[in-house]
Amino acid sequence: MSDETGRETTDKTDVPPGTLALMVLRTLAAMGPLHGYGLARRIEQVSGDLLALNYGTLYPALLKLEQEGAIAGSWGTSDNNRRAKFYRLTASGRRRLERETAHWEQTTAIVARFLENPLAAPEGET
Amino acid sequence: MRRIRAALARLAGLVARRRREREFRDELESHLAMHVEDNLRRGMTAREARRRAHLALGGVEATRLAYRDQASVPWLEQLVQDVRFALRQLAGSRGFTVTAVSTLGVALGVAVALGAFVDAALVQPLPYREPGRLLEVTESTPQIPRANLSWDDYLDWRRMATSLRGFDVHRGTAFALATAEGVERVRGVRVTPGFFRTLGIAPSLGRDFEDGEAEDSVILSHAAWQARFGGRGDVIGRKVVLDGAPSTVIGVLPASFHFAPRGRAEMWIPFHPHEGCDERRSCHAMVGVGRLGDGVTMAAARAEMEAIAERLELEYPDSNRSQGASVVPLVDAVVGDVRPVLLLLAAAAGLLLVIACVNVVSLLLVRSEGRKRELAVRSTLGASDGRLVRQLITEAALLVAAAGAVGLLVASAVVPLLAGLVPQDALDRMPFLDGAGVNLRVVAAVAVVALLATALFSLVPAVLVRRSEMRQGLADRGRGASGRTWRRLGFKLVVVELATAMVLLAGAGLLGRSLQRLLDVDLHFDPDRLATLGVSAPGPRFAEAEAAVRLGRQVVERVERLPGVRAAAATSVLPVSFNGNTLWLRFVGRPFAGEHNEVNMREVSAGYFATLGARLLRGRAFTDADTASAPAVAIVNRTLAQTYFPDQDPIGQRFGNVELAPESIAEIVGVVDDIREGPLSAEIWPAVYFPLAQSPESSFALVVRTEGDPRALLPALTAAVREVDAELSAVGPAAMRDRIEDSPVAYLQRSSAWLVAGFAALALLLGAVGLYGVVAYTVGQRSREIGLRVALGAQRRAVYALVLGEAGRLTALGILLGLAASVAAASLLRDLLFDTPPWDVPTLAAVAAVLALTALLASYLPARRAAATDPAEALRSE
Repeated sequence: MSDETGRETTDKTDVPPGTLALMVLRTLAAMGPLHGYGLARRIEQVSGDLLALNYGTLYPALLKLEQEGAIAGSWGTSDNNRRAKFYRLTASGRRRLERETAHWEQTTAIVARFLENPLAAPEGET
Repeated sequence: MRRIRAALARLAGLVARRRREREFRDELESHLAMHVEDNLRRGMTAREARRRAHLALGGVEATRLAYRDQASVPWLEQLVQDVRFALRQLAGSRGFTVTAVSTLGVALGVAVALGAFVDAALVQPLPYREPGRLLEVTESTPQIPRANLSWDDYLDWRRMATSLRGFDVHRGTAFALATAEGVERVRGVRVTPGFFRTLGIAPSLGRDFEDGEAEDSVILSHAAWQARFGGRGDVIGRKVVLDGAPSTVIGVLPASFHFAPRGRAEMWIPFHPHEGCDERRSCHAMVGVGRLGDGVTMAAARAEMEAIAERLELEYPDSNRSQGASVVPLVDAVVGDVRPVLLLLAAAAGLLLVIACVNVVSLLLVRSEGRKRELAVRSTLGASDGRLVRQLITEAALLVAAAGAVGLLVASAVVPLLAGLVPQDALDRMPFLDGAGVNLRVVAAVAVVALLATALFSLVPAVLVRRSEMRQGLADRGRGASGRTWRRLGFKLVVVELATAMVLLAGAGLLGRSLQRLLDVDLHFDPDRLATLGVSAPGPRFAEAEAAVRLGRQVVERVERLPGVRAAAATSVLPVSFNGNTLWLRFVGRPFAGEHNEVNMREVSAGYFATLGARLLRGRAFTDADTASAPAVAIVNRTLAQTYFPDQDPIGQRFGNVELAPESIAEIVGVVDDIREGPLSAEIWPAVYFPLAQSPESSFALVVRTEGDPRALLPALTAAVREVDAELSAVGPAAMRDRIEDSPVAYLQRSSAWLVAGFAALALLLGAVGLYGVVAYTVGQRSREIGLRVALGAQRRAVYALVLGEAGRLTALGILLGLAASVAAASLLRDLLFDTPPWDVPTLAAVAAVLALTALLASYLPARRAAATDPAEALRSE
């Protein structure tokens, strides 16, 4: 089950707008410092290979997060001894992750409620 | 916070571009390498591994571009690129840039400077509350549309008028102010107590006049407070001695306050009627200022005042017959005289600006021929139309911005220069000009002009960016049909420039001619080697008739003893001052229906006509025997004799005032030529002269005939007057010639003539530069053809004829158009022109000749180069 073959099928979802940053932050929080390629692979894996991530879009997103101070990049050496730029979460990035996670959970919970039982009355429903 | 941080990071990204891009290239490379390794590990072939890695990335170049856009601010980055490129372009064609920036900059600067004056004089001349609601309210007579009010009439008008919310009067005066150095004459104003309230201003220190305020309270102008009291805060309550009487300072006016009708008056006191003029209903010496009531129109106020004047005419026929009412906006009364001149100058500046813009446009056109290839190449290499247009706009904007900077520099130099050219007494009459400067409104106007110019300058080459033109640009070498179209447009623009220059030249010529006519007007006396000096005797000491007569005689005798003085005499009013100070005549032994025979009245000493050099036409002059005890006599001028004694000898006739009061009756003993009493441009009024000894005045003016330069004698003259009595003040010593040439009407004429001439000279220069540019360009374009002609045996003369003929046609067209436009424009000038028709042929002919000669010179230079063409070289050069 190579992702390379999967990529050519069409039933994959595009990355929903605004979620890539959250995925990056979450991944870095879970895995520690990663280089761009590692991040991309990791995000695909976590999504269960359901996401069609264009690797190229990752880099402007990383740059934006770096400009906003949520992550910091520095050059280091990869597992197979290759020079690569590693990104790590900053303190401010960690706070932002918490904030956005809470926000996102709330949003999905609300949407989920509607999807579970769209006709239910708003109260007396527990 | 996060956004700001990101924005700053992106701005910083503008700078370290190269390093960042190198780093990103490395990052991408390592990304691809890792991906390829993974793929290889999965068992792909090397080629497939690479292909997949690139595919997953979505293209290296696209990623790099997306990254670059995020790294900095793309539009700003492009702008920086555009500006850089534009600067290189402009620096590359230095001749074009310098010409365009300097001509446009100078024209802009001059326009800005004039704009500053127009702004000061016409936009905000009155520093009062709601100045648009303020009126000048006065009486009017058939001869003087805006005359003065008499005190009694004012009281009646104020009592009856309902359309005005405030209605006060001011009367100018001069005080003898006691200072540590002696008595000094200062300008003052007597105003009714509500005056400042009507204007809507309050003293910045102390208090305003209250109703019924006593005459010994004084409010100082800000300048007087600064100059005489060092701006000290404890000035309120201090004493000043005015005309020998102590007064108390109760207030100081704001620094921004000025009241142009009274010049730079220093002392303001409450008006109380004095003996004499103030008591007579027929003596008009005050000017009214009114504020329109809420919802009242000026027309309504005027109608009411006219109705009141009519009632007073019926009630007091002796004094008020044919005394009407004049109600005009205060702003008209204040700036009415300078408005046409300023508008004229503003129009001239505008025309100059037009020429400068046209000049730049034609330069751009000529240049765009050469640029067509460059634009075509860039377009073929992938620059979008939008990008090319943006590039052209950037260039135009840079050009205009540079010109704007030059313009503001020029303006800040020109404004004080122009203000310095205005003589002090003219400035005193126009205190609102003090505020002239480059202010926000002026800068905003410049910005608008700059935007328009930018649009214009980018439009011209932008038209060239059209695709069709592009391809042609690559195919031919700017020599095809379109090339000719542009050239022809350039020609037309030169015609516009020349025509505009012609209009300005004609304006300057006509104004100069008018000034000459004005100064050549027959004065009917000899103004050369004549010194003049006002003498004023303070207060009660000389109020007695005998004392005043004695004083006058003493002063004249003392002055006549000065070395270098041939003769001296005194008059109540100097010639070439104003028509006014009038008398209503009634002739003894003639039917009288109460009509007002208004004539100028002057009191003069015995030697007056001889000293002036005025011709006595009949009868005798005054002598020392015409004293208060001798029979009352008068001399009339030629106009009076012709008006009232058309076929009769006036000598021996008698006249008096309207009531024929016995003490007013005098016998005509002489007829003198029409000495010009009023301004140079005014008609001659009938005038009567009385002996000073029979109706003495405590202030008078001296006329002194000198051996040499009258200016050299002025200090001695002033000193001599002071010697007679230390309390006398000597006012305004001046040579008669200077007085005449600096008189308001001559001054206005001269200054506008000179300024318009300055504009015209600049316009001529710009027009010549434009013509030179176009002709030189054509010669360059046709060098091959000319070379061919020469090779085939054409004479140098034929080449000259070819080039000059073309330039001549353009010039002739420009002159013809300019002539038509000049006559039309000069018709608008008519009010400013004295005795000069807008189609004054000699002026227009001279102006056309100047323009033609300049144009010939401008096209001769390129023609000579063309004639010197070496045929072999011209043919080889292709």
